[in-house]
Amino acid sequence: MQQPGRAAEIKAIGIGKSFGSFRALDDLTLDIGRGEFLTLLGPSGSGKTTFLMILAGFIQPTDGRLYSDGVDITERPAEQRAAGMVFQGYALFPHMSVEANIAFPLKVRKKSAAEIKRRVSEMVERVGLKGHEKKLPSQLSGGQQQRVALARALVFEPGVLLLDEPFSALDKGLRGQMQAEMKRLHQETGTTFVFVTHDQSEALALSSRVAIFNHGKLLQVGAPDEVYDRPANRFVAEFLGEINMLPLKGVRNADNGATGLCEDRTITLRGNASAVGSNAILAIRPEYMSIASEATAGENGIAATAVASTYLGAATRLDLTTRQGAKVTVSVPNEVAASALSKGNSVWLTWPAEKGFLLPDGGQ
Amino acid sequence: MKAYLSDRMGAALLMAPLLLFLGAAYAWPFFGVVNWSFTLPEPGLGQYDTLLSDPLVQSVFVRTLRIAAIVTIVSVAAAYAITVVWVRGTPAQRVIAEFCILVPFWISVLTRAFGWVALLSNRGLFNTWLQAIGFISEPLTLVRNEFGVIVGMTHFLIPFAVFPLASSMRSLDDRVLLAARGLGSSRMRTFWSVFVPMTRSGIIGSALIVFVFSLGFFVTPAILGGGRSVMVAELIYLRIFQSPDWGLGAAISVVLVLFVGALMALLFRYVRPKQLI
Repeated sequence: MQQPGRAAEIKAIGIGKSFGSFRALDDLTLDIGRGEFLTLLGPSGSGKTTFLMILAGFIQPTDGRLYSDGVDITERPAEQRAAGMVFQGYALFPHMSVEANIAFPLKVRKKSAAEIKRRVSEMVERVGLKGHEKKLPSQLSGGQQQRVALARALVFEPGVLLLDEPFSALDKGLRGQMQAEMKRLHQETGTTFVFVTHDQSEALALSSRVAIFNHGKLLQVGAPDEVYDRPANRFVAEFLGEINMLPLKGVRNADNGATGLCEDRTITLRGNASAVGSNAILAIRPEYMSIASEATAGENGIAATAVASTYLGAATRLDLTTRQGAKVTVSVPNEVAASALSKGNSVWLTWPAEKGFLLPDGGQ
Repeated sequence: MKAYLSDRMGAALLMAPLLLFLGAAYAWPFFGVVNWSFTLPEPGLGQYDTLLSDPLVQSVFVRTLRIAAIVTIVSVAAAYAITVVWVRGTPAQRVIAEFCILVPFWISVLTRAFGWVALLSNRGLFNTWLQAIGFISEPLTLVRNEFGVIVGMTHFLIPFAVFPLASSMRSLDDRVLLAARGLGSSRMRTFWSVFVPMTRSGIIGSALIVFVFSLGFFVTPAILGGGRSVMVAELIYLRIFQSPDWGLGAAISVVLVLFVGALMALLFRYVRPKQLI
């Protein structure tokens, strides 16, 4: 149903927004590619929703320009932008049936009755609402309302679909189902999707790229594995999932990355020493660390003592303390955790060199 | 359970004076009026028969319904505009709207009716001005007729129409309006096809309140109608205090109360009482 090339390409240059003395968004420059699935991720108040509202045209930026397919749309009012939007809480028209809700954007565009009928029934089928056409939104479940909102936002084939935390009201099972459905709709329509969430696992699972916001600033944009494995700073590293951070001294560049001293052991890791200085932080995701009874000289490893475990079903989360008192968390198979705890004294934590990376000490 | 029961007893005791007052001041006299309607001047349904056949009584009922309908439409439309400004305007606009809504409550209905006489009579402000600028040569008859009654009643009832509307507009989710605009709907279209339908319960509540008030209006029609545009309440007054024809007056009262009671029942199906204030 989507003609190739209909999807919009958006360019934001130096976008800023102030509410009085509060800087909600600062100097944001971002390219959103044709047909990509971009997630804006950040804690509440980070500026991600403000940016979405600027894209929709509901908020005017104080600085910067916004282009859609090369055309400056900074001042263009919302109703002329033709961006589909799904709101938190769906914002369906409560006095209109499912059918009338979905037909609304087509009626506004003065499409013929026959075309409206055809496209609405096509859309109803596509989102699996057949048989519910005559119901009012209040007679539908949360998931069904969600589908109506998606259908209504997609039926007029917008160049871009904006989604503001659409799944926040759904329970976990339904949320997974709707995420899968949204991914499918993205593939089928080929439209550019811009999706706002504060849930990092949702962001990583759905998007082709993730943009991470904090305090009104865009911190990093990249593919999910890129931002997860190579975060630009400490905030991004911590926001995207659990991470272990250990102080590293005498950092310098080596053949294939960097090297430094952690608790008197030489560690090799990814990163550029000249960007962080000689004192830095070694960061490793818990799932990349494993427990060993000893570490060989050339291998990355530090000694630690297991102090507590949390059974998670498929794995066990093990809390350890290093000799110098740093806290480390790893995720290991259940029987490994049991034996590590029973030994009481020292075990070794090891990890592949390419899984550890450098972060600047202090600050972000 | 015991505490709950005693709470209920306490509540009943606290409400008792009000119930006693309402019983003594309204219910008991009303049954007296019902009694008159069946017994004066002789027992039977004679007065209800007259009520259904007398052309004068009929014309007063028709006029009352007509005036009430016009007043309702005009008041609700005007109140809707004021309420939009009051609920959704800029802070300065809200203050002005609130002032316009609340000030009329401090001025008595009698004062306002005479105010309109001063404005609308043959040698009143409007006619003098219109003649002064040469717009008309003869004074317009703006008062002591149905027009004057409608103007005065509308002016009085607009503030009452505001509250149910305000309540329905306040509970409206702004995101729905944003959604409409985001889907390509102009401000005008969003207003008519989303905002107005979503305030439907407020419109119904507001219209019923104004209509019910209009049916029993006495002071304003009596003064601004000048005896030429008699409404039901004035007719009852005339039958009881001037004719005197107590039986017919009582029968008209009973019909009016039953009709208003039915409308109130309808009102409370659409609107919760706390939305009205």
